[in-house]
Amino acid sequence: MTGVLAFIGRQTLGLLRYASGLYDLTAKTAYWTFVAPFKGRGLKWGSAIHQMVVAGFNALPIVSLISFFVGMVLAFQGAYQLEKFGAGYFVAALVGVSMTRELGPLITAIVVAGRSGSSFAAEIGTMKVSEEIDALEAMGLNSVKYLVVPKYLAMLLMMPCLTLISDLSGILGGTVFGIYQLDQTFSMYVLATRDALVMRDISTGLVKSLVFGVIITKVGCYEGFAVSGGAEGVGRSTTSSVVVSIFLVILADLFFTALFYYTS
Amino acid sequence: MAREFDGPMIRVVDLVTHYGERLILNHVNLEIQAGETMVILGGSGTGKSTLLRHMIRLERPTSGHIYLKTHDVCCMPEERFNLLRRKIGMLFQSAALFNSMTIEDNVALPLRELTQLEESTIRIMTRIKLELVGLSGVEQYMPSELSGGMKKRAGLARALAMDPEILLFDEPSAGLDPITAAGIDSLILKLKQAFRMTVVVVTHEMASAFTIADRIAMMRAGEVVAVGTPQEIRASTHPLVQQFLNRTPQDEKKDAQAYLRSLTESNY
Repeated sequence: MTGVLAFIGRQTLGLLRYASGLYDLTAKTAYWTFVAPFKGRGLKWGSAIHQMVVAGFNALPIVSLISFFVGMVLAFQGAYQLEKFGAGYFVAALVGVSMTRELGPLITAIVVAGRSGSSFAAEIGTMKVSEEIDALEAMGLNSVKYLVVPKYLAMLLMMPCLTLISDLSGILGGTVFGIYQLDQTFSMYVLATRDALVMRDISTGLVKSLVFGVIITKVGCYEGFAVSGGAEGVGRSTTSSVVVSIFLVILADLFFTALFYYTS
Repeated sequence: MAREFDGPMIRVVDLVTHYGERLILNHVNLEIQAGETMVILGGSGTGKSTLLRHMIRLERPTSGHIYLKTHDVCCMPEERFNLLRRKIGMLFQSAALFNSMTIEDNVALPLRELTQLEESTIRIMTRIKLELVGLSGVEQYMPSELSGGMKKRAGLARALAMDPEILLFDEPSAGLDPITAAGIDSLILKLKQAFRMTVVVVTHEMASAFTIADRIAMMRAGEVVAVGTPQEIRASTHPLVQQFLNRTPQDEKKDAQAYLRSLTESNY
């Protein structure tokens, strides 16, 4: 019995430590991103732009391809039910609203967590193992400013962009289905989508994507800094960065969806 | 840092450190004078590297203080300590070069980030530092393309980039062949004579320690057991010092009863 209690206690403590570590990193990053530059401490724009290319631009093909397929799948599944009621016309609305409100941000987050979150963890973790982080600190350079802030900035700017592309690709996937299966023309489908969508659908999706971007960066970098014990530790942290960030993304998704539902 | 200060450059006062529950440093006291080369000698796991890492605040002590001149390392705010860190160079055990940058960029990094110098000046200074450690012509190489000894030299060039007053070495000859290790030793001697820096070297290599040291501090199990010039250390009658000098292995004799107990009892 005491064993069970001790186990629960240890797990809870571990969870609290993780949360406080994550909070600490978030606070430091926020300081170095939004406060320090106005005190003349500068920002690493060069490496931020590099990160934007790596984490944002290079993710474009895979994000748009996956979203395109998901949009098409959604159209298939929607049509399967809607056609029973002769409401095939509403497939466009279904695809448009689901992509912008939910699936665009979510798919982008999952792809980016797998591509970039893991690479953040691996990069910082390897630097930790090879004493490079210590070397930075020993020179008097702040490791958060040099390593986390560029990634954070890149993600804050790139996640909404990728999400918009994802929204569009998904809708395009639905359009292809609409044209070939529902005998609609391109302009009919686009008009139907436009009628169904309101600005709020897109903006709530973009708000979510920002939050997801923050989560992925923070978890990836935190896992990187938490690496201990050589190559094996880097592997473990990389894996858990993806698992934890996808879990937290879904949790945040639930929270924000509920929030937008009750406040609309 | 105030120029007129003439007390010890580094003063370690009653330093105690734990990793988790484990005691690593046990009330360490040590004074290192300006311009001297102090070698901290001891076996593996005696806390000598940890002591060195405390001097540049890569670790925080449980209690106790380290003073650099008059500044208390342990209690300074981050920003102010970073200014102090510019005057301290550190060579890590693995050299810790940034693997994503060329050798030249590695050495130039502190100059680019911490000074307002022109790029052309920085390039010249970088060349000078690399020349100083005997590494010219490898500016455009990546760290992975260099041998272990060359990496150490490049790491040293980076540590020297800001013209530090204090230079810290963590196991400078670890993992190097005797010839390369001797090369690093003579490099340390050369730097010491040329720049009058305060040098702290952590090592377990006795030959190297006796070559470069002005004074040696012997450590065992988180405690400094003897401090003195190489001659004094050699003449010391302290059992551990003699054991270390004569390379006598640690006594493995155990109480038979205690040994049996340690095998049969589970201690967790």
